Amino acid sequence: MELYQSTIHELHDKIKEGKTTATEITKAVLQRIDTVEGKVHSYIRVMKDEALAAAAATDKEITKGNIKLLSGIPIALKDIVCTKGITTTCGSYILHNFVPPYDATVVEKLRAAGAIFVGKANMDEFAMGSSTETSYFGPTRNPWDLECIPGGSSGGSAAAVAADECVASIGSDTGGSIRQPAALCGIVGMKPTYGRVSRFGLIAFASSLDQIGPFTKDVEDCAIMMNVLAGYDPKESTSVNVEVPDYRQFVGRDIKGWKVGIPKEYFVEGIDPEVKAAIEEAIKTMEKCGAKSVEISLPHTQYCLAVYYIIAPAEASSNLARYDGVKYGFRAPAAELLDMYKKTRMQGFGAEVKRRIMIGTYALSAGYYDAYYKKASQVRALIKRDFEEAFKKCDVILTPTTPTPAFKIGEKTDNPLQMYLSDIFTISANLAGIPGISVLCGFTKIGLPVGAQFLAGHFQEGKLIQVASVFEKEAQSEKRRPKL
Amino acid sequence: MKLTAQEVEYVAHLARLEITPQEKEKFTAQLNDILLYIDKLNELDTKGVEPMSHAIGVTNAFREDKVAASIGTETTLANAPDARGEFFRVPKVIE
Repeated sequence: MELYQSTIHELHDKIKEGKTTATEITKAVLQRIDTVEGKVHSYIRVMKDEALAAAAATDKEITKGNIKLLSGIPIALKDIVCTKGITTTCGSYILHNFVPPYDATVVEKLRAAGAIFVGKANMDEFAMGSSTETSYFGPTRNPWDLECIPGGSSGGSAAAVAADECVASIGSDTGGSIRQPAALCGIVGMKPTYGRVSRFGLIAFASSLDQIGPFTKDVEDCAIMMNVLAGYDPKESTSVNVEVPDYRQFVGRDIKGWKVGIPKEYFVEGIDPEVKAAIEEAIKTMEKCGAKSVEISLPHTQYCLAVYYIIAPAEASSNLARYDGVKYGFRAPAAELLDMYKKTRMQGFGAEVKRRIMIGTYALSAGYYDAYYKKASQVRALIKRDFEEAFKKCDVILTPTTPTPAFKIGEKTDNPLQMYLSDIFTISANLAGIPGISVLCGFTKIGLPVGAQFLAGHFQEGKLIQVASVFEKEAQSEKRRPKL
Repeated sequence: MKLTAQEVEYVAHLARLEITPQEKEKFTAQLNDILLYIDKLNELDTKGVEPMSHAIGVTNAFREDKVAASIGTETTLANAPDARGEFFRVPKVIE
């Protein structure tokens, strides 16, 4: 096996045993990027020089015996997290020249843990999309089938891990933007509890939903990343001061006697038969592991998408008001101020971003607030209550991550509503603020990955690591890789 | 139709977006589709349900009011499309 194909824990062991170095690993990954990036386009920017310099510095520390959790591990960052001195575009022309004056807290934490940043990953513009096709910098392709989308919005981060262009990566998830691309690219992706990971330095999309999380090659790596990322941050007032357990201790712990809830509302029309079959197989696998499956009901499931498409655009319209061409980013020349705002935003934003700003502005405008935002926030409370009731009857919930496998590039770009439907199984977790993880659970006949999603109660990421690691061991006997 | 082309133009103005006639036509159709879908929520009786504003139920998060270092004028202005001295420069606002 090549170095660039390895997991965090495998590389960590090799470094500890003196069998490899940070520089050797980083060079292997950069070489891999050179080989496949032309096909996949995971990155907006590859940080070659920075990565090699960081690797050399890390090797000096390693020879002194100073080996940290992520020492020498090449990691990609979604281009939505601010990196001091390194352009951060959020996939948008309006920020194509924005150089942040500070690092996001997750960037600081990863660097402190020894991580080597190899690049800024491609994404849907302002994280608005489910396919990475709305990026100003062009689409990312699915490593399993280059004609297909990798999912989104964190499609670049997911594709980079699946194509071995990094060992792990960071994404953000507002309605499924980590779990959905993880599923479509056949890797592990976790959206932590709202407030579990600091969002300081994350460019805001919908503030009551956004959460940062990791993409990894296996569940143990996910636990390692969560050990680095999780925790309270005084700079981020929505981060929650709840003790962070050692997530790694949950890896492989048995789940005998656990109740796995299967929500009946998730197996209705529109779900691809191959996805349905893979999840039914996953349920059997859980039972083989000693868990019991129980049918549960999340009665407001059918309203999740409608709630999301009021709340997320409403918050986005407010968050994106800051892009006015005054303080940073692109400015269109104009003789008058109002004109400058309008032209800057017209030329700076892409169609999907404009569409969502428009929906959000409309929903929040005078006379419509009660009918839309308030109504949606009330239904959101009912959705959250559904989960509270469900978790009285089960330890975790198992669902498909997505209704279909990866679709073709261009297939849904002209039909926003169709595109939105690809997040139908992931949105509820953001609305309720609960954590979720997607793991590979099988392949379709033509070889596209299918993901299984596990959900748990607030701050129960440990349970997700536990169940997903047991499932992964039982379900994935053969290790398939995309052929690139 | 929930939204006329004229209303779309007004919403674009509120959002400080200039839109082309083609965009106006496309957005009117697409926004109507989306709003029609969202209408689904009216099937539910939500009388007396407290709107949810925070997933975890955290209320105000206060910190000590204490002076700390800031990033400074030079760094702040470094990304400005147009700056002069200690200020962001914009087209004339007052006649």
